[in-house]
Amino acid sequence: MDLYLPVANLSVNALVIVLLGGGVGFLSGMFGVGGGFLTTPLLIFYGIPPTVAAASAATQVTGASVSGAMAHLERGGVDLRMGGVLVAGGLVGSVLGAGLFELLTAWGQIDTVIAILYVGLLGSVGSIMGREAVGALRLAKAGMPAPARKRRHHPMVANLPMRWRFYRSGLYISPLAPLMLGVVVGILTMLLGVGGGFIMVPAMIYLLGMGTQVVVGTSLFQILFVTIATTMVHAMTTGAVDIVLAGLLLLGSVTGAQVGARFAQKVRPEYLRLALAVIVLLVALQMAIGLFIQPPEIYTVQ
Amino acid sequence: MKHIAALILGLAALLLTPAGAAQAADPRLVPDVSSRAIDIQYSFTGEELLLFGAILYPGQRLPDDRADIVVVLKGPVRPVILREKRRVAGIWVNANSLRLRTSPGFYAIGSSRPIDKLVDERTAAIFELGLNNLSMSPTGFSEAKKLQRFEAGLIDLYTRLGLFYENPAAVEISEGVLYRARIPVPARVPVGTYRAETYLISRGRVLAVASRDVQIRKAGFERFVALAAEQHGFLYGLSAVALSLLLGVGASAIFRRR
Repeated sequence: MDLYLPVANLSVNALVIVLLGGGVGFLSGMFGVGGGFLTTPLLIFYGIPPTVAAASAATQVTGASVSGAMAHLERGGVDLRMGGVLVAGGLVGSVLGAGLFELLTAWGQIDTVIAILYVGLLGSVGSIMGREAVGALRLAKAGMPAPARKRRHHPMVANLPMRWRFYRSGLYISPLAPLMLGVVVGILTMLLGVGGGFIMVPAMIYLLGMGTQVVVGTSLFQILFVTIATTMVHAMTTGAVDIVLAGLLLLGSVTGAQVGARFAQKVRPEYLRLALAVIVLLVALQMAIGLFIQPPEIYTVQ
Repeated sequence: MKHIAALILGLAALLLTPAGAAQAADPRLVPDVSSRAIDIQYSFTGEELLLFGAILYPGQRLPDDRADIVVVLKGPVRPVILREKRRVAGIWVNANSLRLRTSPGFYAIGSSRPIDKLVDERTAAIFELGLNNLSMSPTGFSEAKKLQRFEAGLIDLYTRLGLFYENPAAVEISEGVLYRARIPVPARVPVGTYRAETYLISRGRVLAVASRDVQIRKAGFERFVALAAEQHGFLYGLSAVALSLLLGVGASAIFRRR
């Protein structure tokens, strides 16, 4: 079934897009990530212009994260103070990101920067996650209990001035650290159309040293608000949000997410993390190949 | 249908005028298109536009040597920046660019014989006949070689996208007076006012030119969405956010009830 996308200016097979959203939603429900890091590259592979892909994927992540964020909020799994600081940083980041987006577009390097960021981020996060999952599986096979990880924030974070108490996270640190983290993730959300959960979660655990019981909820909370902000910023600057495209993706992803969440309860978390690591690395590899081999068309019109 | 009726009426009127009244030695063209407006809507995957018409010879006498017809469908021109990728440190990045002030977003040309068999290069350039004869007004000074390379790149890119189209056998002439040609219009055409031009060519000379306007526009919901995205960014963004929140919350409510 072909459907014309009024902002992207081309027609797509609606079924393919809904299925794509469904697949990403399934994974995001299973792994507790927004899935934007998969949606944007897949849409670009399909032939959607990168800007439209990034903007509409951000809109889709909003819908994918809202139910999760609400569930965690009810359960008390969100550190609202921490979340507020992160969101504040995220808002600054998305505005900065918009400026950067415009600059890079005028300079003609936006596509390359998006691809390089994807390769770098997904490559490193994927390999860290993969190594950890393999290690955990090996330990489990040997019958040893997993070593308790010491929860500690990074020394650089400890050195920042002005400290706040974040009760839920069990932290007494400077709000500047999460604020900066929020800014970085906000920029990435704007440029890449990702929610940033795959960076936020490791950063919360390893850099800030947050208690794990609030990590996922707070990350979802932050993703929800920052993707809303990015959608608004995109709508008002690049005008690249395609509501039809986002709607199709959402139809698939919101149902996929529910199925995925159910499925996740039946599988061991180490296997889940290993699978996610493999998927993340595959996307990074595909993007890297795109950078290094000669593209079929070396001319582009802007 | 209305157009065809009008065409027949017009033809009849012309045929009824006394032969002596047509002093002009040059023949005339009466062109038309299958639709004056193409609406882009829900399942628009492209369309085929039929360009057709009649050649009216003075005195209704067919000349001894056959004349040829060239039809051109030209989209609105706009300024573009064309970028060229180069391998830099192993990766392919945009390294070079060229500004073109009048690059047509769509150009299709069909003829009854290859253009180079019909007219010489100069005439083809004057009338912009053929993909290689489009004048795109590059800005700034650039060497001829670079210009040629970029133009070839643009033609190649647009031909692949279906935005440039050249078919030297597209025009069919029946009985020497009626012609017709089908021009494919792909889904990703830019919107705007298009010109459908017809050229009557004989012995290397352009004998007659006639044109019709064709509107290609988004319609209905698609037009509404595109306009909203362009002119009311804030409200458009709010509705996109509302839609995604609604779908997200709705889906989880439905699944929880089960």
